[in-house]
Amino acid sequence: MRAFSYDRPDSVDAALRGVAGQPGTTTEAAVKFVAGGTNLLDLMKADVMRPERLVDISRLGLDRIEDTDDGGLRLGALARNADTAYDARVQARYPMLSKAILAGASAQLRNMATNGGNLLQRTRCYYFYDTGTPCNKREPGTGCGALTGVNRIHAILGASDSCIAVHPSDMCVALAALDAVVRVSGPKGERTIPFADFHRLPGDTPHIDSSLAADELITAIDLPVQGFADHSTYLKVRDRASYAFALVSVAAALKMDGQTIRTARLALGGVAHKPWRDPAAEAELTGKPASLETFREAARVLLRDAKGQSHNAFKIGLAERAIVRALAEAAGVEHS
Amino acid sequence: MSQPTGPAFQGHAQKQPAPPPDAMEVSLTINGSRKTLHVAPWTSLLDALRLHLDLTGTKKGCDHGQCGACTVLVDGRRINSCLTLAVMAEGRTVTTIEGLASGDALHPLQEAFVEQDAFQCGYCTPGQICSAVGLLEEGHAKSDDDIRELMSGNLCRCGAYPNIVAAIRQVMDAQPAANDGGAS
Repeated sequence: MRAFSYDRPDSVDAALRGVAGQPGTTTEAAVKFVAGGTNLLDLMKADVMRPERLVDISRLGLDRIEDTDDGGLRLGALARNADTAYDARVQARYPMLSKAILAGASAQLRNMATNGGNLLQRTRCYYFYDTGTPCNKREPGTGCGALTGVNRIHAILGASDSCIAVHPSDMCVALAALDAVVRVSGPKGERTIPFADFHRLPGDTPHIDSSLAADELITAIDLPVQGFADHSTYLKVRDRASYAFALVSVAAALKMDGQTIRTARLALGGVAHKPWRDPAAEAELTGKPASLETFREAARVLLRDAKGQSHNAFKIGLAERAIVRALAEAAGVEHS
Repeated sequence: MSQPTGPAFQGHAQKQPAPPPDAMEVSLTINGSRKTLHVAPWTSLLDALRLHLDLTGTKKGCDHGQCGACTVLVDGRRINSCLTLAVMAEGRTVTTIEGLASGDALHPLQEAFVEQDAFQCGYCTPGQICSAVGLLEEGHAKSDDDIRELMSGNLCRCGAYPNIVAAIRQVMDAQPAANDGGAS
């Protein structure tokens, strides 16, 4: 690991002073926050990330999970993933989120990783990790090793000629489906970022993962009151039964009126540079009877522009079947 | 023939290597003893344990959080010591495999690993046992399948998994606040 300096502030203001004046987004910053460290330190060992200074935010507080005035739940940015997944309120009111978190990583990593850090984890693209190969995300302008290389785990939606990497998080897929809101502190005070706007598609600037500025700190993630506890699930399809990243994952949440779908949320992981939601697919479900036919049609709509690479075209069919299965499970419809 | 030298072989001869140029002071409690170290900011907790404290029971496998050989307990919770910095452990309480036994009396999980023959080469074992201590403390495992899922962060290349599950099951079943049974 390259040498860096280290600071451990004890307040949000002191932490923000540590990153004050940094231009651009947090992905490119030379001074980085560290909390769980599970992704950042790994990437520093691989020489993929080379911060000059780490600001340790693990003593700032911000680790509570609290009810909000509007009946939702506020997840502290520094609450650990395990504490969030096992929180009784999360389990009762947002079971899809709990299931998604527990589908990711290992027990040790979930004990370390924080909620804010989960949002900021980098792709697991092999070429991003391998400093001996070109990668537009790691070294802008060098090209994409995955486009013509081994791309089994890569994107089928929203990719560009510059980058076909996917976002690796499970938690974020559930947060996208729940319409969570990211709370951020910066030099101009607080602001909120709707979850759909937090992560971005690669376009021709794949080195930027999120809209978080380099001088901002995530303080919390707010969950709206609607948690879809009665009809939701998180389905993860992967190469191993445990401790593997998703090839395809689906967060499916429905509000039902008898057998009719009143509201539908559908978010996919492992298929794009960000958790993938599609208003057209959700509209396709709304007002329809909860049936396999309805679910298949929604999957077809969601995947209408899906494009496979040389090794991952199987993901399109896999995603279609995973969507149908997840929706059937959420709706309580028989599915074999 | 000359003796091998270098940091890995200096444990006994030189308990505390000379502070590196950018060393920071860290005070923490390790296996019940208060320790003060001088480490570079980029020293992992794992390297601090092995190279600075001579606690080589904690193993370096992958050094990337994928194998679990470096699992220790920090403030009672199991974590990968390779993916955290020693300086981040300031003021924390760390328990390693060396801190589990009480004198000659092994920890119940250490006993169970011996009784169930839950290892072959032994390299992953300290991490497996520390992880299992954390698992039992967390209290979420109710079945053998739960144990397998919640131990998935600890790899064993000898393939001792069935016996590892049996060892954890043995201690889990003997606990006062026992689970509701239901082997699966």
